[in-house]
Amino acid sequence: MTARALFGILLAAILFLATPLSAFEIERVVSPGGIEAWLVEERTVPVIVMEAAWEGGTVTDTAEKAGTANMAASLLGEGAGDLPSQAFQARLDDIAAQMSFSVDNDYFNASLKTLAEARDEAFALFALAIVEPRFDDDAVERIRAQIGVAVARNRQSPDWLAADAWYRAALGGHPYALNRQGTPETLPRISRGDLIGYTKNVLARNNLKISVVGPISADELGTLLDKTFGALPAEAVLPEIPVVEVASGAQTIVVERDFPQSVVIFGAQGMARDDPDFIPAFMMNYILGGGSFSSRLMEEVREKRGLAYSVGTSLSPLKKAAMMFGQVATRNERVGQSLSIIRGELRRMAEEGVSPAELADAKTYLTGSYPLRFTSNSAIANQLMGIQTENLGIDYVERRNGLIEDVTQEDIARVARRLLRADDLVVVIVGRPNLSPTVEGLPETGDMAPPAAPGRQH
Amino acid sequence: MPRFRFLAPRVLGPAVAVILIAVLGTTILLWRGGDETASGAPLSFRLANGMDVLAIPDRRAPVVTHMVWYRVGAADETPGKTGLAHFLEHLMFKGTADIAPGQFSRIVARNGGQDNAFTHYDFTAYFQVIAKDRLPLVMEMEADRMTGLELTDAEVLPERDVVMEEQRTRVENNPMSLLQAEMNAALYGDHPYGRDIIGHKEEIETLTTEDALDFYNRFYTPNNATLIVAGDISLDELRPLAEKYYGSIAQRAPTFERKRAHIAWPEEDRRVVRRDERVHEPTWLRFYPAPDYSNAGAREGAAFDVLAEILGGGQTSRLYRNLVVTQGIAASIGSWYEGSRLDAGKFGLYALPRVGGALEDLEKAIDAEIELLLADGVTAEELERAKTVIAAGAVYARDSQRAMAYAYGEGLMTGMSVTDIHEWPDRIRAVTANDVLGAARSVLTGRAAVTGELLPGGGA
Repeated sequence: MTARALFGILLAAILFLATPLSAFEIERVVSPGGIEAWLVEERTVPVIVMEAAWEGGTVTDTAEKAGTANMAASLLGEGAGDLPSQAFQARLDDIAAQMSFSVDNDYFNASLKTLAEARDEAFALFALAIVEPRFDDDAVERIRAQIGVAVARNRQSPDWLAADAWYRAALGGHPYALNRQGTPETLPRISRGDLIGYTKNVLARNNLKISVVGPISADELGTLLDKTFGALPAEAVLPEIPVVEVASGAQTIVVERDFPQSVVIFGAQGMARDDPDFIPAFMMNYILGGGSFSSRLMEEVREKRGLAYSVGTSLSPLKKAAMMFGQVATRNERVGQSLSIIRGELRRMAEEGVSPAELADAKTYLTGSYPLRFTSNSAIANQLMGIQTENLGIDYVERRNGLIEDVTQEDIARVARRLLRADDLVVVIVGRPNLSPTVEGLPETGDMAPPAAPGRQH
Repeated sequence: MPRFRFLAPRVLGPAVAVILIAVLGTTILLWRGGDETASGAPLSFRLANGMDVLAIPDRRAPVVTHMVWYRVGAADETPGKTGLAHFLEHLMFKGTADIAPGQFSRIVARNGGQDNAFTHYDFTAYFQVIAKDRLPLVMEMEADRMTGLELTDAEVLPERDVVMEEQRTRVENNPMSLLQAEMNAALYGDHPYGRDIIGHKEEIETLTTEDALDFYNRFYTPNNATLIVAGDISLDELRPLAEKYYGSIAQRAPTFERKRAHIAWPEEDRRVVRRDERVHEPTWLRFYPAPDYSNAGAREGAAFDVLAEILGGGQTSRLYRNLVVTQGIAASIGSWYEGSRLDAGKFGLYALPRVGGALEDLEKAIDAEIELLLADGVTAEELERAKTVIAAGAVYARDSQRAMAYAYGEGLMTGMSVTDIHEWPDRIRAVTANDVLGAARSVLTGRAAVTGELLPGGGA
């Protein structure tokens, strides 16, 4: 129940952390072979957590073979070295180690959690998985079929349908708009050679970030780093990815499905992580719709009017795109009314900024809640990874709350004017929505035809 | 529950199709408790007014998780007023004489904290995660709303609409939830476990301010509550704070003795088939009657956990190995034991066929695996691996103060003792192959089960 993100990587936006935390120290460990990792040596719980991330996520997929990166990630635990899939899984279970591989837009992510007593075996299995994946035919076909089922089932989910349509409308033909898991058309085209090629290109040493937390010393880790990652190629081979902006101009897209409650995603161009105004934008988002029960949208849409159980906004700064999202789920007849209220709030903040009290509350929450992100080995490892992939610097934990404190009302008014364009949103609605801002005369039922055809501009 | 929800990420990382067997309205903890510290079980005591207090120290960060659990839940609602326990949970965030409507969470946030609550059949709980030096503040606020809740229609009626939206999100928009609701009704019959925690829609719509206050005044009393604080605190540090803020609250009502209706399990196998045009790919589910942990006893309860792990717990489980890897007829499959209940649990199986596959073939193959296990039992290797994985889960749980607080709260609310929960890994390690076979025979044979199918197509 900590940061809940729209769309995976957005977590990174929330990730940026920090208050001076005296409770732990981040150590930069460089192995004899030159591999770097950030370490927090923490001996309370006998659990070691390692996070690793390689630049080169699903954004490296081509439209023709969308889903390649995800499929490769899904196969890394499915046999390596001399161990076929079931033998590999049995070795992991025998020491109760937990290993997972996944991809997001920009990164290939790996996670290893092990009991301290099983450390060497767990790291050895991890090394085998990333250096010598087998991609046996039977495993490839099984995983292809399993992903096929996930892909088919996604299309039953209103949340997935909304996000998928939003990305296509907002980002067009950019790789970020591809289905990360692929489609029924692209999955059969992915060959064993494609999977091997992906891992050889992406799993290298120069695009790798590592975080480790648990009962392990810098010396011990240094040795393990070389054993675990030393056999990877020195240089990654990554495609050039163009920067993309969210399509300008209002669009409202209705995906008609027989849900009594519509799921709505709205979004626009956001703020890049390295933009000097990112922190003010982050705070603006908190006050507008990011702040759980304390946000303006929560107050206006949920608390005052009972229109929705969930409503909120978030920033999603990817490497080559910056987006700002909002979402609301409300019964079909109230969609127009809810959107009208939300647009009104975007306008109000763009025109008036935020009050001194709102700014002060945002500061005390964001700075005061910062230590809450460091309460477990897993959480700390996650936070360190966010700081590394966003290039914020090893001292970011100490600096971050100061950056929050420095933000002024003027800063927020400036970014609100820049980001919040109520009449320039890409809106996707899945359900059978009534788009009229008033509900007068409408029957209180869930099934009415929408007045707008899909794709209608307004 | 007033949880704020963002959309799920668009894509799950690992490819394996994950089906969410969501227990409506609750946080699911994968491992249900236990820890292996040399320091022993968490310490507890009881205040003079009957409120229990438990501390779970974890000194890594200057942060605490503060939870108050009430021994009342959706299973304690009176007929015609289902949904009331959960509705009241939402309304507890409104106001008191000292806290203006809607300010509770804002004050917590202003102090750098996060708060929320959850409702289950057997309990309702409220929590804040916050810097240690703000613990007295949230204790004062939580104690205040144990006795001082003030409600008017102006706050109650919009919140009822919010709950209706929550019901749409969780149930009506989700064909899997609709199937599980029907299956639970078939399994548990008229017992409250047979209905959704969130309540019947037509009854939620009629709940009133007075209903909420009646429920509150009857059940929200210190003698019906347990305080759990996990994180940067010891019981010695917690004791004076607990005395000060909660110890001064007089009992407001008699201690609630939970006496529920007897469960009449189905007499013969039942099949629930649900067709939904929003569904493209079919899903297969089965629920077997099973005792809960406290009624099963430590030995059998632990054996159910091990059985669920061996049969369908992970990628080395029998069902996965044989139906997903070898036969290739399932895309995803699993089993689980749901024992954290007061009156009864269930043993569950789920399976997703590959695209184009038939549920009939899947069911036959699953039944064959069950027959095999009942005939031959489990191997020493399977047993050892399952026990290792479950016991390690208890160590991994110690990495999260919130998971630990939840595990103890859930156990204490459903008939377990602190010692039972603490020693659970030992109970797991003591399980023998014969215990697993005995557990399998008791739950998988001689009892009628409920099988569910969610299929594409029109009609309900």
